Amino acid sequence: MARDWDDLFIRDLPPADPDAAHGAGGGEAASAANAAVSAPADSRRVFRRLRENLTRTRQALGAEIQATLFERLDEHTWERLEEALIAADVGAPTTAAVVERLEREAAGGELEGGEQLTARLAELLAELAHTDAPDTIDLRSRPAVILVCGVNGTGKTTTIGKLAWRLGRELGLRVVVAAGDTFRAAAVEQLERWTQRADVELVKGARGSDPGAVAFDAIGAARARGADVVVVDTAGRLHTQDHLMAELAKVRRVIAKQIPGAPHETLLTIDATTGHNGVRQAKLFSQATPVSGIVLTKLDGTAKGGVALPIASELGIPVKLIGVGEALEDLRPFDAAEFARALVS
Amino acid sequence: MFDSLADKLQATLADVRSRGTLREQDIDVALREIRLALLEADVNFKVVRSFTADVRERALGANVIGQLNPGHQVVKIVAEALTDLMGGTAQELTLGSRRPAVVLMAGLQGSGKTTAAAKLARLLKEQDGLSVGLAACDVRRPAAVEQLVAVGEQAGATVYEQGVEKGAVETAKWALQRAHSDARDVLIVDTSGRLHVDAELMAELVAVRKAVKPHAVLLVLDAMTGQDAVAVASAFAEQVAFDGVIVSKLDGDARGGAALSVKAVTDRPILFSSTGEKLDAFERFHPERMARRILGMGDVLSLVEKVEREVDETDAVELERKLRRNEFTLDDFLSQLKQVRRMGSLGSLLGMIPGLAGNRLAKMDVDEGELDRVQAIILSMTPGERRRPEIVNGSRRRRIAQGSGTSVHAVNQLIKQFGQMQKLMRGLVAGKMPDLGALMRQAR
Repeated sequence: MARDWDDLFIRDLPPADPDAAHGAGGGEAASAANAAVSAPADSRRVFRRLRENLTRTRQALGAEIQATLFERLDEHTWERLEEALIAADVGAPTTAAVVERLEREAAGGELEGGEQLTARLAELLAELAHTDAPDTIDLRSRPAVILVCGVNGTGKTTTIGKLAWRLGRELGLRVVVAAGDTFRAAAVEQLERWTQRADVELVKGARGSDPGAVAFDAIGAARARGADVVVVDTAGRLHTQDHLMAELAKVRRVIAKQIPGAPHETLLTIDATTGHNGVRQAKLFSQATPVSGIVLTKLDGTAKGGVALPIASELGIPVKLIGVGEALEDLRPFDAAEFARALVS
Repeated sequence: MFDSLADKLQATLADVRSRGTLREQDIDVALREIRLALLEADVNFKVVRSFTADVRERALGANVIGQLNPGHQVVKIVAEALTDLMGGTAQELTLGSRRPAVVLMAGLQGSGKTTAAAKLARLLKEQDGLSVGLAACDVRRPAAVEQLVAVGEQAGATVYEQGVEKGAVETAKWALQRAHSDARDVLIVDTSGRLHVDAELMAELVAVRKAVKPHAVLLVLDAMTGQDAVAVASAFAEQVAFDGVIVSKLDGDARGGAALSVKAVTDRPILFSSTGEKLDAFERFHPERMARRILGMGDVLSLVEKVEREVDETDAVELERKLRRNEFTLDDFLSQLKQVRRMGSLGSLLGMIPGLAGNRLAKMDVDEGELDRVQAIILSMTPGERRRPEIVNGSRRRRIAQGSGTSVHAVNQLIKQFGQMQKLMRGLVAGKMPDLGALMRQAR
């Protein structure tokens, strides 16, 4: 599971030999050293932030489970557990499967008491979040293309702003952002503010123009400037609107024609407050353009984002990033164990 | 997606029909299905608990036990209980007598406040003839002001904005003064999206509320919201005491259980539903329709209303006259086709028909491209050809096919189908009901 940015992004730096990075040119070594120094501090800060944000999240759910902690594992326990998972938007089928399994293990004498139960529960949930698909983002292509899509209001533009900042300012990559939301009023302006803050280049087209053409231009611009990463924004669209899904598929085709194998990563933003419908979103978006990762946004509220579990277990799409606030650094690599603990602690 | 709850209940209780009576254990089986379906529709689990208890009580009442067709009975009871839970009848937004009346919009990020504000402005202007101003108080999200200016202009409302330099409270006060001196009937105040747990931003919202003393505070809620809807709504209710709810993004396939939970927990009515990107996709909320949506029972009332709104009455009279005189031409067919398509995609229309909602037909992909081709073919004909398709000979067919980017075969098919349609209409006018099945087969 990705815990830190270096675990999430696959980059060219250390080819096969892990020592190679240290032996590289002075500048690179210095920046690597810098990263090494700042990483723990950075991760402490962010984890504190995440913890703080998640503390609020836990209270309601925590109370449900804490209450069962040291009781006997009886019918009442399972009912409460079921409700706690349902309340976290894990969904009825997944909840039933998890509770049934715990019940069976308890009956077989494998679990005794609430503490073991909670630990085992976290373990099972983390397992569910894990998929066979890679949970990393491969940036080794030049340029690597990241396509970002999602339903209206799920946080695409904000996510792209934070991602561009992370890639550009923190990792020192050359980033080009394509303003592919040519539909919504002021969408380009919104993205423009974010890219200014992140200090990366923005390629835009006219309002109402073809989003595929914007992607095309952005890839052209990235090639001309030798950029490392192209992040392509798209207009928010409901997964039930076939013509908009077809448009998205076309954007993908335009990208694939430019660079074989691209987009190298297709991220779908899912709002953590979304209920059961999130599974439908992931399923239908995947049909239009294969989704390789989920960005679970707005996890700083009281919503637990439990819908990520059925998405992972039923559709095999892993969460790769989480959004925990509105600041530039509030985008984090997803950590299944941490997420599972937050769901149940 | 689950099959429609209504269908499921019918199936679950099908064997009861042969017995002719409904027993307590049958009801419990049905309640399990209801519970699961409601949870999948994102109804809050606590609401589900009290709701199933309510349904159980109603179902155990003498009126069901011993009834024929118990499946129907239970579906009816559930629909009624759901409707009651959502407030029974449709409620209106009341604006008081002070002018301008102030409406304050609130909600989470991305719930659709700005779009809803513009849609509400349009509705009040078009349907009630009010002059509306919009106050751009979302000074936080990048380019939110620009967005409101753009959609506000489309809605025909005056947008009062001061950029993002001034704070939300100050902008709101200033906009209220401007709306007053401009003699607007209504001022709708758009605000930043905020998390209900963000103390600082919630305080700002309270301050805006204090500054403009709104007649109505509306909470905009995404129809796709999950179990957390209750926490969100309770926090907003406690801090800004909203008066009603706008459910947004109802055009997706979400069942909208969140809306139901919010009504149940906060007891504030749902006033409007917002669907789609276009500004006119905004309607007064009807609880019984929402109940049917959750049950998957279709929404025939909305369909009727849509037809009424889109179909011009004088056109309809003219059409009838033409039908009677057998003067229905391809031009008329084209305008009919356009009228139907204005109401939305055929798929969405099919979904509103009871009995089809969970049916294969409604899920079937209606090929909208086929309709595009039909339109293109007709548009490639001369006015003479549209009036008298029988003059379309071989070379005309080739020209039309080329002009419309289709094939001669497609042109032939359309002309043949149109001929059959004319025949069908003559039959209808004469009062005979033709064999539709046979006609469909012929047309293929």
